[in-house]
Amino acid sequence: MKNNKISGAEAVIRCLLEEGVDLVYGYPGGAIMPVYDELYKFQDQLHHVLVRHEQGATHAAQGFARATGKVGVAIATSGPGATNLVTGIADAQIDSTPMVCITGQVGKHLLGSDAFQETDIIGISTPVTKWNYQITEASEIPEIMAKAFFIAKSGRPGPVLIDITKNAQFDEIEFSYKKCTSIRSYNPKPTLDFTKVNEAAALINAAKKPFIIFGQGVILSEAEAELKELVEKSGIPTAWTILGLSALPTDHPLNVGMVGMHGNYGPNVLTNECDVLIALGMRFDDRVTGNLATYAKQAKVIHFEIDPAEVDKNVKTEVAVLADLKESLTALLPKINNNKHESWHNEFKEKYQIELDQVINEELKPTNGKGISMGETIEMINKHSNGDAIMVSDVGQHQMFACRYAKFNSTKSNVTSGGLGTMGFALPAAIGAKMGMPNREVVAIIGDGGFQMTIQELGTIFQTKVPVKIVVLNNEFLGMVRQWQQLFFDKRYASTEMINPNFIAIAEGYYIKAKKVTKREDLDTAVAEMMASKESYFLEVMVEKENNVFPMIPTGASVSDIRLS
Amino acid sequence: MENKIFTISVYSENNVGLLNRISGIFLKRHINILSLNVSESEIENVSRFIIVVDTTEKWVQNIVGQIEKQIEVIKAFYHIDEETIFLENALFKIQSNLLFDEREIQNIIKESHSEIVTVARDFFVISKSGQRNEIEALYDKLKPFGIMQFVRSGRISVSKEKMEISSLLETLSNQ
Repeated sequence: MKNNKISGAEAVIRCLLEEGVDLVYGYPGGAIMPVYDELYKFQDQLHHVLVRHEQGATHAAQGFARATGKVGVAIATSGPGATNLVTGIADAQIDSTPMVCITGQVGKHLLGSDAFQETDIIGISTPVTKWNYQITEASEIPEIMAKAFFIAKSGRPGPVLIDITKNAQFDEIEFSYKKCTSIRSYNPKPTLDFTKVNEAAALINAAKKPFIIFGQGVILSEAEAELKELVEKSGIPTAWTILGLSALPTDHPLNVGMVGMHGNYGPNVLTNECDVLIALGMRFDDRVTGNLATYAKQAKVIHFEIDPAEVDKNVKTEVAVLADLKESLTALLPKINNNKHESWHNEFKEKYQIELDQVINEELKPTNGKGISMGETIEMINKHSNGDAIMVSDVGQHQMFACRYAKFNSTKSNVTSGGLGTMGFALPAAIGAKMGMPNREVVAIIGDGGFQMTIQELGTIFQTKVPVKIVVLNNEFLGMVRQWQQLFFDKRYASTEMINPNFIAIAEGYYIKAKKVTKREDLDTAVAEMMASKESYFLEVMVEKENNVFPMIPTGASVSDIRLS
Repeated sequence: MENKIFTISVYSENNVGLLNRISGIFLKRHINILSLNVSESEIENVSRFIIVVDTTEKWVQNIVGQIEKQIEVIKAFYHIDEETIFLENALFKIQSNLLFDEREIQNIIKESHSEIVTVARDFFVISKSGQRNEIEALYDKLKPFGIMQFVRSGRISVSKEKMEISSLLETLSNQ
């Protein structure tokens, strides 16, 4: 008689295939070896990318998910393999990125015995996962894997961790798979309340100075077209949060810039002058609001949000429209009156002129013999990408410059670590973004500090030949911390100066084409060469050491007290 | 906003790890849980948490939202004391000879509406259900005679308003 049974490990692979996964990132080890053995057998259907550190696997999976909208998958062994995933999981949790992490675990009979490479990854990952589960019997695998993908992707997305004991990977089961479409205790999409839509429409139509701030919710619910239509129909000045960036083309005439700590001057100042604040798929993070006690107090706030826990968490709303954003905007659109809000737009234009004169011009065309600025490097990348590239930024000053000055024509183009602020995110995330979107140019923008946190992923780039473009903006400082030390700690530069290695030699050690630019006149050709390269390319740009990012809302200050210098 | 005592009531699936997930939400905000009780609820396989905390209404609203969004949580509520019927249970273990030597103890038991649940050669056990102040009053009265062991349970409570979890579960299952 033919045995129809398969191992739990094979079941894991079959579940991934059932979910349409064809690419996973990971690192093998003892407790996950049965799964790796099956990955070997299934390599023609499921491509496994060997990263150089498990943190890289999570960021690569995140980059993949952010650029494609699909669920990213990362695999690791028990113990240190699992704990190394935690930073990426926390990052995915706070930035609502759909990701499934699979970890091996010691055999069921060894659980709790402090066995070799045993760690309580369920306990450790609980606060930073949307859901997690420990599988101890092979028979649980299909149902739990189906739940994992459903939970990761539905509603407000997030990371799920599935820990599988070694016995469950070895044991055999009859395999059958059914996708999960509902869980009785989980309501991913609140039912849209049309009375709330009507209330919102009435407030918006009556507003004299309405203001839209959109966040990543637009991208996650794929409501870009609805957002554009709303903005164009209503004529309302519209700003983005760092994670909303690229959901509306950056050069859209009604796009007034970025809100938040290093956002644009107008959108921040005028937050405190608008009469109706329309928040679309954003969560009023403290880096967006500054001091809550003085944030948009004059405005009636309408919050379009999928997660009920976000409503009134930070900012008290007048009307909360709880639903998937695409659904709520679709319902809202026919009720919105055509408008232009010209004089209100002029206020934004006036403020932009001030910012242009006091900040932007100097940043993009530095005077007084100053070295290359980060802003002008981003401008140069814009020139050669025409705004069509995916930009993956790390964390720090360069990230703020990237998000302030990058040009984007299409959505899902800005991949950055927003909520967690994870240095080391960009290099592995760029790998994932490029593999997910092979036809798009992917440029990683990284500081000299963050680059060295996951620098080993150059090995992954070399081995997989993934043609990502890497730009390190080197100011030989942990620039953002140095800026704060300069402004708030009397220039006591405690442990922020970096004596860096020869990055070119390192990149070349990984057989990656590399070039270093120290003079402004060489920047154009170097960026052009990088963008034209068919292979991966490493570009180090030596930038002015002690430049600061402005405007800036100091911690605890009001958005309207944003500083221009 | 001033601090108050709130009773948080959570209906959830009966799954491993959920207690950790829920308690983590309090840990994250540096809130000490005053009392915690987990038991079966009126619905099969559905657990009921009763958590008592001392915090502000704003925070308790946020916390309840964050508890409710956990995948395996069906519904979470919060109430102030006036909105619930609540009590705790306490056990007092006392030397048996005192029951006969100290006649006052018998009066205390009678007046406090507590009951003797067991009598052994060396000790007897008094059980008292009630509100915290009643249990504390009994404790104070028995203390001079010597209490061998004392234990008090977490608060259990039912709300005065309806909490239609069964019908909610039905809607959720039918979605």
